Amino acid sequence: MTELEAGRAQTLVPVRSAAALQRYRDVLIALIAFAVLASLPLFTGSKALLDFVIRCSAYGLFATSLNLLVGYTGLISFGHGMFFGLGAYSFGLIMQKLGVPIPMAFVTTLAITTVVAAIIGAICVRLKEIYFAFVTLAFQMLIHSTILSWASFTGGDQGLRGGIPRPVFLGIDLSNHVHLYVTSCALLILGLLAMRQIAQSPFGYTLRMIRDNAARASFLGIDVWRAKLAVFVLAALFASMGGMVMALFVSGAYPEFAYWTISGEAIFINMLGGVSTFLGPMVGTVLLLLLNDTVTRFTEYHGIVLGIVILFFALGLRKGLLDFAADWFAHRRETGEGR
Amino acid sequence: MRTRNLEIPGLVLTDHPGMTVPDNGARRTMLEIRNLAKSFGGVKATNDVSLDFAEGSLTAVIGPNGAGKSTFFNLITGALRPDSGQILLHGVDLAGRSPPEIVRHGVGRAFQVASIFKSLTVQETMLAAVSADQGTSAVLHKRFPLPETRHRAEHVLELLGLAGKRHRTAATLSHGDQKLLDIALALVLEPKVLLLDEPTAGMGPEERWRMIDKVRELWDTQKITVVFIEHDMDIVFKIAPKIVVLCYGRILATGTPDEIRNNSAVIDAYLGTEHAGAAA
Repeated sequence: MTELEAGRAQTLVPVRSAAALQRYRDVLIALIAFAVLASLPLFTGSKALLDFVIRCSAYGLFATSLNLLVGYTGLISFGHGMFFGLGAYSFGLIMQKLGVPIPMAFVTTLAITTVVAAIIGAICVRLKEIYFAFVTLAFQMLIHSTILSWASFTGGDQGLRGGIPRPVFLGIDLSNHVHLYVTSCALLILGLLAMRQIAQSPFGYTLRMIRDNAARASFLGIDVWRAKLAVFVLAALFASMGGMVMALFVSGAYPEFAYWTISGEAIFINMLGGVSTFLGPMVGTVLLLLLNDTVTRFTEYHGIVLGIVILFFALGLRKGLLDFAADWFAHRRETGEGR
Repeated sequence: MRTRNLEIPGLVLTDHPGMTVPDNGARRTMLEIRNLAKSFGGVKATNDVSLDFAEGSLTAVIGPNGAGKSTFFNLITGALRPDSGQILLHGVDLAGRSPPEIVRHGVGRAFQVASIFKSLTVQETMLAAVSADQGTSAVLHKRFPLPETRHRAEHVLELLGLAGKRHRTAATLSHGDQKLLDIALALVLEPKVLLLDEPTAGMGPEERWRMIDKVRELWDTQKITVVFIEHDMDIVFKIAPKIVVLCYGRILATGTPDEIRNNSAVIDAYLGTEHAGAAA
C-alpha cells in the first residue's frame, strides 16, 4: 500500500508528520478492528463463527509472518511451517510438563523459537533462492521427523494428547470459549500491528532494498546477511505465535502442525491474498479457510477445487486478490485524475 | 556501434574551471594507484597500472572494448580483488577490502547498467540510502523515513534534478533518469571520489549531453574527484581536463585532450590512422 500512499501524499507535507500520521492511523485501525472482533460474541452465539475467527488468527499470524520473508525480503521459504509447529509443541509441552502460568510459557516459547530460528537461519540465509527454499524445507522435515520419532516426549504421531492445561491468569480463563476468542483476537491484532511496524520501519525499507537489489544494498554499506537473519528470526517469532494460538484452540499439538504441507498452505494463502500489500495474507487466510470449510462440506475432492482456485489466481489474475484490488483502484484513480 | 563516435572534434577546448588550475602537483593527490595488476587466467586485464588523481580533478578513462576499463573500476571499488598493487585513498590502502568498507572510506560508484531499487520510489530510494549511510537501516521501532535523513536526501534529489519525480517508482523512470538515480545513490553517501562507469551508455545523443552536463555540473559544484569511463570522443575531448587511455590493460597515454589527440601511439593503437588528419 505504501507506493499508493506515497503517490497520493503531497510534496509539501513534511515527512516527519506523514510518518507519524501513518502510525496513528494504523493504531486506530487496529483498535477499531479489535473492538469489532471482540464485540462479536455480544451479537452472535454462533460458536462456529468464533472458532472460524480463532483459526483465522492462528493462520493469519503465520501467513503474514511468511510475507515478511516472501513479499518484503524476497526470501521464499518452503519450511516456514516448522516454526508454527515448534510454537505449538513447545507451548503445549511447557504447559503440560511444567504447569507454569500461560504468559510465561508464551514468552519461553518465543525465546526457544528465537534460538532455533537463529541457528537454522544462520545456515539458510546465505543460500541463493532455490537452495534457500530447499534447505528450509529440509529443516522442516527434520523437525517433523524429530516430533514423530521422539514419541516418549512428543507423543509421536498421536500428538500431544490429554489437553493443554489452561490455568486462569489475571481473571482470563482460556478454557472459557469467549475468553479464548478475545485473547486470540488480541494476539492477532497485536501481532499484525508489530509486523506492520517492522514493515514500515527503516529496517522494513532495508528489506525492500535487499529484495530489489541485494548487491546494490551492500554497496550502500548494508550487511545483507545480518538483515536477512534478523527478519528470518522475527518472522519465525510470529509464526510461533500463530502455532501457540492453534495449540490453545485445539488444546493439543499434532505432527501435521509441523509437516511441510502447513508451509505449503501459507504459500497458498500468500498467493491467494497477495504479497505486495500488508493485509494480503490476512485476506488470503480468510479466503482459504472459507474455501476449505465450504468445499469440504460438498465434496471429498476438495483438493481439486482448491487447486483450480489457486491456478485461477496464479495464471488468471497473476497476483493475489488484495494486490489485484489495489492495482485496480490505483489505475482507476490515475485515469480519473487524468480527465 | 560505438565506432561512429570516434571522430575527434577539431574544436578548441572550451573554458573550464578545471583547466585554469594546473593539474600537476598543485593539489593534493586524492587517489593514488600503484602498480595495480589483475589477471584472468592468462589475460592481464589490468597490467601494472599506476595513476594519480588529484583532489577535485575530472578524469576520463577511454580505451577500446576489452581495454580493462571496467576491470579497473571493479578493482578500485572492491568488486574484484587485485593480484598485486596498491589503491591509496589519501594514503590509506584500500586494495583487497570489501565493497562496503571501500564505500565507507569514500569511494562512490555508479554502474554501467543502472543499479537501482526498482519497486521503491525515487524519494524512498534516497531516504533509505541516507538511512543506510547514517547507520539507522536496522531501526525497528520508528517509522520510515527518519526525520534526520530527509535533508540530505532532498539535497541530492535537487542536485540531480530528480525532485519533480520523487513519487515515481524507480522502474517507471526513463533510462536516463534511472542512470541519474544510480548516480544519486552514489552521491548520497557523500563520496570523496566518484567513479562513473559509462554514464551515457545506451542514451540518445541529446540525452547524452544532458547527462554529461549534469556530471560536469556536479563536479563543479560538489568539489569531488570524478573519474568516468566514456566511449563518446566528442564528450571526452570536450569536458575532460585529463584523459587516461587504456589498451590491453596497460596505460597507453595520459594527458590533456590536446596531448592525447596528438599522441601518435594513441592515434595508431586506438583512434585509427584515418583520423590523424582531423586530429592535427
